[in-house]
Amino acid sequence: MTLFELLGLGGKGWGAFLLLATATTLAVTATALAIGAVAGAAIAAAKLSGSVPLRLIGHVYTTVFRGVPELLIIYLIYFGGSSGLTAVGRWLGYDGFLGLPSFAAGALAVGIISGAYQAEVFRGAFHAIPRGELEAAMAIGMPRRLRFRRIIVPQVLRFAIPGLGNVWQLSLKDSALVSVTGLVELMRASQIASGSTRQYFLFYIVGGALYLILTSLSDRVFNTAERRANRSMSASTIGGA
Amino acid sequence: MPGETRLSVRNLRKSFGTHEVLKGISMDAQDGDVISVLGASGSGKSTFLRCINLLETPSGGEVWVDGEQIRMLHGRSGSRPASRAQVDHIRSELGMVFQGFNLWSHMTILQNVIEGPVHVLKRPKAECIAEAEELLAKVGIADKRHAYPAHLSGGQQQRAAIARSLAMKPKVMLFDEPTSALDPELVGEVLRVMRALAEEGMTMLVVTHEMSFARNVSNRVVFMRDGIIDSSGAPEDMFGAGASPAFRQFIGHFGNPQ
Repeated sequence: MTLFELLGLGGKGWGAFLLLATATTLAVTATALAIGAVAGAAIAAAKLSGSVPLRLIGHVYTTVFRGVPELLIIYLIYFGGSSGLTAVGRWLGYDGFLGLPSFAAGALAVGIISGAYQAEVFRGAFHAIPRGELEAAMAIGMPRRLRFRRIIVPQVLRFAIPGLGNVWQLSLKDSALVSVTGLVELMRASQIASGSTRQYFLFYIVGGALYLILTSLSDRVFNTAERRANRSMSASTIGGA
Repeated sequence: MPGETRLSVRNLRKSFGTHEVLKGISMDAQDGDVISVLGASGSGKSTFLRCINLLETPSGGEVWVDGEQIRMLHGRSGSRPASRAQVDHIRSELGMVFQGFNLWSHMTILQNVIEGPVHVLKRPKAECIAEAEELLAKVGIADKRHAYPAHLSGGQQQRAAIARSLAMKPKVMLFDEPTSALDPELVGEVLRVMRALAEEGMTMLVVTHEMSFARNVSNRVVFMRDGIIDSSGAPEDMFGAGASPAFRQFIGHFGNPQ
């Protein structure tokens, strides 16, 4: 087969297979980032709170999930979750093995890890808000909730964008590890294609190229978002109408 | 109405750890009073101002705003306000202008000015915008209403911050060294706005180093030293023969104000 046929979209080509796997990678990562955003916001709030137990919980979370290999977390969630599910099944009278869906387990595992990094990003972003602006909000009589919604959240999001871009890239690469659960994302698809055709060089290089395309495209998205969010800070729109 | 007490402070105390910054300050502001609070740095004058709207929690004493006392709980572990809601309400009646302007950097000037009336006072937005534009015209930056704070000079930012406070229709305006962070050539435009406010009858408490403002605009001068009020009185007396030795020495550092 020629290169063109190997990578073709129809017939015996692997093109469509790889593109679908790329979409799966993107979907796992996006889901993980969303899960991580919720976890990260909660953990950041815990770390910034006045309560000692909450701060401890936040500290333990970020220490554990940044300090333990990603692969271990994925195994833990997938196999641990599956055996838990099986036990529940047995209790309900079903005797077979119940596996956690690999997409959900993978997204959850990568999301939990991503949450640890996002928590640090949000915490840093909160500290970047000038204290005086928070005082001005208090001085005008804004209740705590309103201050959070109107002053803190918009500025945290703005300051968090560059950090979130980094976390997104980390999660995108972590998602390759989800291949161990059998989910056919880009990593697993490259493996399958290269194994079936014995064209290892070709398919791993194509897989790598697809990862690079994903990361460079998402880099652009984050850069644009950062520019837009910071338009109030840049001097390029002086006087803007 | 003139003669009504807008702000009353009784025996206000504040300690940071074992360091007592305010050692019992009492002061009244009647409607239309413009009171300049002078003192060397470290005399406690900014802390005094920040205790009035509870940006710092007083350790003791009473604050009354327009006849309403801020309820405090004084326990062994320190002091705290009895009701957050009351504090928020009182704060909405006190305008505060900071040394560092503190405009919200993610909002345009107009958004800064309408933020309080729309979201704190929950008034109709269209009405607030109309008032905000009038206020911005009054402080001379109507043309900057759609600009972000970072694009304005310090003097323009401080005038916008004054407009933001005024939009709340405060009963008393607190100024915490409003011109100290400004380049000398920008001080005048801010002082002119403050003078206009004073002439309209706004009740103002101004912590400042501007001797000319204290002497020519305010109707009372309070001199703080080491956490107490050393002396106070009409500017003619304070800057004239009636000055206390400590105040005389203090203003000596500034030369003779015009």
